[in-house]
Amino acid sequence: MQRKTIDAIEANPHYQELVRSRKRFAWVLTLLMLAIYYGFILTIAFAPELLAVPVAEGAITTVGMPLGILIILSAFLLTGLYVARANGRFDRLTKTIQEEAR
Amino acid sequence: MRRLAPWGVLGALLVPFALAAAPAMSGPVERQAVNITAISMFLTFVVATLGITYWAARRTRSAKDFYTAGGGISGMQNGLAIAGDFMSAASFLGISGLVFASGYDGLIYSIGFLVGWPVIMFLLAEQIRNLGKFTFADVASYRFGQTQIRTMAALSSLVVVAFYLIAQMVGAGKLIELLFGLDYWMAVVAVGVLMMIYVIFGGMTATTWVQIIKAVLLLSGTTFMAFAALSAFGFSPEEMFRQATEIHPTGLDIMGPGSLVQDPINAISLGLALMFGTAGLPHILMRFFTVPDAKEARKSVFYATGFIGYFYILTFIIGFAAIVLLAQHPEFFKPEALSAEGAVLSERLISGVDGGTNMVAVRLAEAIGGNLFLGFISAVAFATILAVVAGLTLAGASAISHDLYASVIARGRGSEATEIRISRFATFGLGLVAIGLGIAFESQNVAFMVGLAFAIAASANFPVLVASIFWGRMTTRGALAGGFAGLFSAVVLTVMSKAVWGDVLGHTAPGPDGAPVPIGLIGLDNPAIVSIPVAFFFIWLVSLLDNSEQAQRERIAYRAQRIRCETGIGAEGAASH
Repeated sequence: MQRKTIDAIEANPHYQELVRSRKRFAWVLTLLMLAIYYGFILTIAFAPELLAVPVAEGAITTVGMPLGILIILSAFLLTGLYVARANGRFDRLTKTIQEEAR
Repeated sequence: MRRLAPWGVLGALLVPFALAAAPAMSGPVERQAVNITAISMFLTFVVATLGITYWAARRTRSAKDFYTAGGGISGMQNGLAIAGDFMSAASFLGISGLVFASGYDGLIYSIGFLVGWPVIMFLLAEQIRNLGKFTFADVASYRFGQTQIRTMAALSSLVVVAFYLIAQMVGAGKLIELLFGLDYWMAVVAVGVLMMIYVIFGGMTATTWVQIIKAVLLLSGTTFMAFAALSAFGFSPEEMFRQATEIHPTGLDIMGPGSLVQDPINAISLGLALMFGTAGLPHILMRFFTVPDAKEARKSVFYATGFIGYFYILTFIIGFAAIVLLAQHPEFFKPEALSAEGAVLSERLISGVDGGTNMVAVRLAEAIGGNLFLGFISAVAFATILAVVAGLTLAGASAISHDLYASVIARGRGSEATEIRISRFATFGLGLVAIGLGIAFESQNVAFMVGLAFAIAASANFPVLVASIFWGRMTTRGALAGGFAGLFSAVVLTVMSKAVWGDVLGHTAPGPDGAPVPIGLIGLDNPAIVSIPVAFFFIWLVSLLDNSEQAQRERIAYRAQRIRCETGIGAEGAASH
């Protein structure tokens, strides 16, 4: 890549917006996933009995069961959220940048 | 050669199957009688996949075809193939067995394996697609000294592949011995030879389709099984849990976290290894080069996460349902697990399963769908192993041919034809090594090997990859220092852990009752909590101290790398056919 092209793209406000917003979005989602997962792991490590509480009076099913399933679903939903944003807004920005760089 | 060989070898393969039939009948008790249904279903799979290999071989001409199936796989297909690469027989049989034995703990394990995927999505998938060509070393070495970084990346890839492969081969041999009534060595040879045929002739195209077919079979088989099992409880999980806690020896304890996670440090360390290890597995990362662009790369992770998460929910249902449903079938248990009246004794439920708890899913298949479904699930388990080892071997072979040969030895001046030839030879060599090690490790304890593979992937590959993408100040020296520090500390700490120092090397100490129990030099079961920070620390420290001319150039080159990474300008496109 030419030095001139690099300078031009780096100066492109669309590029700056893409880099900034993707970085923020990706790290927010990463931290969210880490928080969910390590919240779960730390609960297991420090207060496992919390997960063994029945969901209702007299029920066998414990809180941990739906919670575990929810964590699996959250992983799926977070990736879906990223794809929706990236395949829409980020890709539109990328396309603009590619065209302007030509 | 390309036209005839798969069929010739198929003929040769059928011979051991036929020969195995006679002696296996009188084999050890825990082994199945030769299962004709299972074998014929499996042979159907083999014939179909060899047909695909034949088709794939005719399309595999360039290096791009061989390593990445021409880059023309769609996001959905790649998502299935990734799921096929990731859902190993160990996770199907092992996790359902773990749920059967300890209930909730099995779910904790599954969740750990799943949560690496969102991280791959947010930090690696499209970046890898935009920066790389064939292997993750392309990305890790993008602006750095090719020789050093590629050598290191290839080395750690091969180490990860080797440990993973040994664990798969040994598991394959034992499982197939159990399911099909074949001798252990025959099973290992059959897996090794089939895998070599797929990869050598069909490259990534054949490997991808084997993985897709296997994923579809596995997902549909487990879906049927979970629904049939749930129907026995009127589709009420509460009813299933209630009956399971009545039968299970530890009763209500299976409804919450148990003994799997001993203390906070080990819990976090295991979590780190599972989460970031996934993001450093060479055969998984390689799959991102098979799609045409960043958009499809993202879609693949989305679909893969969905399939894998769904699969883990199913294995959880299967494990729990098996507690109740297997107890109704005394014929699946060893004689000593039964009462005088022939009923299954609750306290022997776990230890008494004929063939061990890894057989729980298979026994449940028999209980639900008789011999036909047992045959189907057995064949699926075999197919599962094949798909995983094929992906691993292809990743190992690419590390040798693309990273070591083409970039380090030939320094980019070798011809493409030579590179493909070398990767085929490398596949053949790795296949032989896998068969040899599989047989050599038959009676060894290989349980630690998958954990070690994940730990090395998390501690050597992942930090270098992430830093090369996101940290512009990293230099070749920093990457080398960090990568090797991560690799070295992961291996050393694993050797010092109980799983290797005690269980494998046989160091013991007197336990509370005076009997010797295996011990480790350190209390850490998984090295990740130490080795990942060690790797990042050395990357940071050595890069900051590095003021060589090369380092200055590399820091400047980050600007161009970043633009390509963010926008895909200059990225590898899909092949035209």
